[in-house]
Amino acid sequence: MTTYTLQHPEQGTIRYRDRKRYLWLLSVFMPVFPMMGIAAYYASGTEWALLLPLAFSYLFIPLLDWLFGSDENNPPEEIVPQLEEDRYYRVLTYLTVPMHFIVLIAIAAFIGSHELTLWSVLVLALTAGSYSGLGINTAHELGHKKTQLERILARIVLAVPAYGHFCVEHNRGHHTEVATPEDPASSRMGESIYRFALREIPGAMRRGWEQEKKRLARQGRSQWSLHNEVLQSYLLSAALQLGLVLAFGWIMLPFLAVHNVWAWFQLTSANYIEHYGLLRERQESGRYERCQPHHSWNANYLFSNLALFHLERHSDHHANPTRRYQSLRNFDDLPQLPNGYYGMYLLAYLPWLWYRVMDRRLLALPHIRGDLARVNIDPHRRAQILARYERADAAAVTA
Amino acid sequence: MALYECPGCGYRYDEASGDAHEGYAPGTAFGELPDDFTCPDCGVRYKEDFAQVEEGA
Repeated sequence: MTTYTLQHPEQGTIRYRDRKRYLWLLSVFMPVFPMMGIAAYYASGTEWALLLPLAFSYLFIPLLDWLFGSDENNPPEEIVPQLEEDRYYRVLTYLTVPMHFIVLIAIAAFIGSHELTLWSVLVLALTAGSYSGLGINTAHELGHKKTQLERILARIVLAVPAYGHFCVEHNRGHHTEVATPEDPASSRMGESIYRFALREIPGAMRRGWEQEKKRLARQGRSQWSLHNEVLQSYLLSAALQLGLVLAFGWIMLPFLAVHNVWAWFQLTSANYIEHYGLLRERQESGRYERCQPHHSWNANYLFSNLALFHLERHSDHHANPTRRYQSLRNFDDLPQLPNGYYGMYLLAYLPWLWYRVMDRRLLALPHIRGDLARVNIDPHRRAQILARYERADAAAVTA
Repeated sequence: MALYECPGCGYRYDEASGDAHEGYAPGTAFGELPDDFTCPDCGVRYKEDFAQVEEGA
């Protein structure tokens, strides 16, 4: 295993080995897990076997996160430049790109060549959507980087979930407005994931297109120019999905419709849990304070982080967005999620349970301490939330 | 013509070359960039956070 060394003027020789180096391969192979379901179908002959990949994501991964727990280790900061320069890590992200294409085409081919019940087609569409949603995660890691190759690969992989506006919208929109009421991709206290989805999906699409239109206008080009990076990815999606319809028939239309929406909803789910209720303060200049680590919910769970290129180390990511996945850090006193992303998605899908777990956790954060003025609250629920928690505060004082 | 750097991620804006991808022509002074300019690479730092790292010729 590679050992990084550095002669430090005060600390002497610093040596570091990344124990997770080869475990990151999980992020590369995670997108092809749906093939397990198809393999199990052939082995057992029952269509119930097709449910395996969804069960893996939503039941098994939360269980593994609970079992393996957190990994709070950080690489020594002095070693980070070497770690970032090690090409191995970025090659893994390149290899993940074709995986997303392979799995979508393979599932479509399986549907096209088998007599399946409508239920099975629905399960396969949700499965494919869930794992194509992971493609947005792959694009996320690639799209934040400065090299041309990584940025192009990000646009290519976004063609799979048909979400070509993501990188533009995320880097230039979400990252600048994160944890403010203006951001359609930051959820508010008291806002259910379902209401959030109706604000986030169209809001992000509009903002991504507008940002790209503005950039092209500065270049003196039309929004419909082929230099439009959002359009480039959309065109690739159109070619891919049209190809699937031509190859595997009309069944692809409902399959792809469910697949696309469920893939988008994976991003919605991640955005929902990543900044719930967190708020950057507005400074005297009218600007919001710079994004700090406590403006994102963090999670250090070993297994789901290995499956998601460290996406859950989200606090460091937002404070330092160009940092590569292998060097993202944990910090003390961060807002911490009580399970990894997949477990938290399940919780988010049951809003009453989500509020029960997360609202108190949010108000107890060291930079909030019950002060509702420091929380991003859903305007529709503001009166209700103020009545409930201000009364609770008063009761705590009198007791 | 001067060079300005994002203190967060190291992105550099060179007034002499501008930034073709962002649509800023060569010779566009840093002061002429829009007030809502944020670092094109990290999106975290505002225009006023940028530091001049090199004096122009």
